Amino acid sequence: MSAVETNIQSETVVPPQTATPSNVAKMRGRDVCVFYGEKQALFDVNIDIMEREVTALIGPSGCGKSTFLRCLNRMNDVVDICRVTGDITLDSQDIYDRAVDVVHLRARVGMVFQKPNPFPKSIYENIAYGPRIHGLTRNKAELDEIVETSLQKAGLWKEVKDRLDSPGTGLSGGQQQRLCIARAIAVAPEVILMDEPCSALDPIATAKIEDLIHELRENYTIAIVTHSMQQAARVSQKTAFFHLGNLVEYGETEQIFTNPKDERTQGYITGRFG
Amino acid sequence: MSTQSEVSHSIGATIPAEVSRRLKRRYAAERRFQAYGIGAIMIGLMFLLIMFVSIIQAGLPAFQETRIRLDVELPADKFPDDPAEQTAEGMRLVGWTGLIQQAIRDQLQPETRADALAMHKLLSPNAEVGLRDIVVADPSLIGKSVSVWLLSAGDVDAIVKGTMSRDVPETQRTISDRQLTFIDTLEEQDRLRSQFAFTLFSAGASSYPESAGIGVALVGSLYMMLVVLCLALPIGVAAAVYLEEFAPKNRWTDVIEVNINNLAAVPSIVFGLLGLAVFINFVELPRSAPLVGGLVLTLMTLPTVIIATRAALKAVPPSIREAALGIGASKMQSIFHHVLPLAAPGILTSIIIGLAQALGETAPLLMIGMVATVFTYPETPMDPATALPVQIFMWSGLPERGFVARTSAGIMVLLTFLIFMNAVAVYLRKKFERRW
Ligand SMILES: Nc1ncnc2c1ncn2[C@@H]1O[C@H](COP(=O)(O)OP(=O)(O)O)[C@@H](O)[C@H]1O
Ligand SMILES: [Mg+2]
Repeated sequence: MSAVETNIQSETVVPPQTATPSNVAKMRGRDVCVFYGEKQALFDVNIDIMEREVTALIGPSGCGKSTFLRCLNRMNDVVDICRVTGDITLDSQDIYDRAVDVVHLRARVGMVFQKPNPFPKSIYENIAYGPRIHGLTRNKAELDEIVETSLQKAGLWKEVKDRLDSPGTGLSGGQQQRLCIARAIAVAPEVILMDEPCSALDPIATAKIEDLIHELRENYTIAIVTHSMQQAARVSQKTAFFHLGNLVEYGETEQIFTNPKDERTQGYITGRFG
Repeated sequence: MSTQSEVSHSIGATIPAEVSRRLKRRYAAERRFQAYGIGAIMIGLMFLLIMFVSIIQAGLPAFQETRIRLDVELPADKFPDDPAEQTAEGMRLVGWTGLIQQAIRDQLQPETRADALAMHKLLSPNAEVGLRDIVVADPSLIGKSVSVWLLSAGDVDAIVKGTMSRDVPETQRTISDRQLTFIDTLEEQDRLRSQFAFTLFSAGASSYPESAGIGVALVGSLYMMLVVLCLALPIGVAAAVYLEEFAPKNRWTDVIEVNINNLAAVPSIVFGLLGLAVFINFVELPRSAPLVGGLVLTLMTLPTVIIATRAALKAVPPSIREAALGIGASKMQSIFHHVLPLAAPGILTSIIIGLAQALGETAPLLMIGMVATVFTYPETPMDPATALPVQIFMWSGLPERGFVARTSAGIMVLLTFLIFMNAVAVYLRKKFERRW
């Protein structure tokens, strides 16, 4: 218990307060239930994801973190047997509404996956693909510009600017993951969802991604699933603890880690189960 | 604890007799099993070797043909005067055979009528083709004398190659002693030579082995391959993409899937019957046409292509699809921009293997009348033609020595194509093989 706590106190109590959380809920979940066939994976989840904040979703394996995250940009639509009930809104518009174009939604709510999954194409093409299919640019110069700024925002520009034509799959794991983040940024999303983005990376690469998340918070709303409580404590402002498909506790990260209200949260963050 | 492990360590030194006997039996069984395996492989290889040796032995002579050089007079009065008529069509009725026979008589000077007949028989009944081509190509030769290498009769060819022995009694060979002396004379005069048998590749059907070839069959097979490629590729890939990526998983798609898998195992002759009933009797397409053959072979290869394409699509990791969907690509875009290109080598391989399968197929083509004696090249896929394996099948039924050789030669050509196509498929697979 004490190890985790000291960690938190020394690191999260002073997050860089450069960004100004607007105290507006960017995305909102109300009574969200998710079913895989007969099996219910999420039970009545209510959550507000605040604008320009990092919200960490934590909880033991199989508790439904990824499932919830994938509801936020409707990636679950791809799973045939998956059914979602309740309301999820983005800027107070229901994203499961018929009028919402899922393609457009995913451009606004980007996603970074657990395992880095760059396209087996050049670094340039990896970034340029999104802007191209969304028609964000009118000419090559603009596209070049987007590629450069996206890579810069992802902190990858210096490392790859001389080899934009080499395959993205040839980068190291951490670089690949930052490439995937750059790829998500390139389509100018408002929200970025990250599903355990560091679980396949070494500590140094992980630290880089965490720094990156700090910077991205200035411009984007971020929801991140993580296995590591230290990471949640380091990068997030809000933390949501899931257990067996329920959102057990949700609040300020500091409060969750120092003064959890629920016994289960307490048990989890002190490492009694997980 | 430690004593126990010591015992187990020292077991190698003091194995009880019972255990050692059992061990020995086990090793013997293992060795025996290996021997069976090696034996089975050796038997397989041996048969393969025997097959190749016998085919090559029988087929190689067919790649050479014997020609006789004659100085043929082309008297102007036997040809049409009008230069406009000096075409292949206009000169069809010129007595080419007479001209050639005259030439060989001039060369060998027969003493009797029987001699003259024997001389005529040294030349292939189709020898005139060579002469006619030369004159058609250059009508200015009319009125002059030309020196041409003309195709010899199959028997002469066999004697020259040694596939027919001179030493057996005259009554037991198809060529007389008198003719043998003529052959020797021609040889002395340097008017006999063996050359590469272009005829084998250029000619169509013929009743004489020396002038029969696989040309028409090759063109027919080529047309059919084109039809198969143009139909099986788009239809097969579209079906596979739909079934794999778009189709809902319900009872209907299950039924379709099971049926496709079963169709791949349906005997090919059934597809021939289907083609006969549908394309020829119902749609009334012409018999013996490569178009119909191609349609039937398309039906036959489609299941293979669909199954292999689905496997190739399945092999593309879901993370690629998720990556594309995650940045807002539509399903179509994620499939056409990312999944299909990555599956392309696999799809290409499956198409090549499907084509190879179609190229070697005989039975369904017999049903739709491709067993035809076709002398002229088909100009379109609607003209009658035959196919390579069917031509081989037809030759194999003929008793003449020359056709036996041509059968094997045809098999060699077919096998060359098949091995080449499969090699390309293997190469593509190796080259584009990906580890994710
Ligand atoms: N595609 C799916 N089909 C069926 N069940 C699934 C699927 N994805 C997840 N589940 C189930 O939903 C539950 C939550 O899974 P998930 O959201 O992946 O958990 P987490 O990310 O928290 O480890 C698990 O019990 C899992 O078995
Ligand atoms: Mg997960």
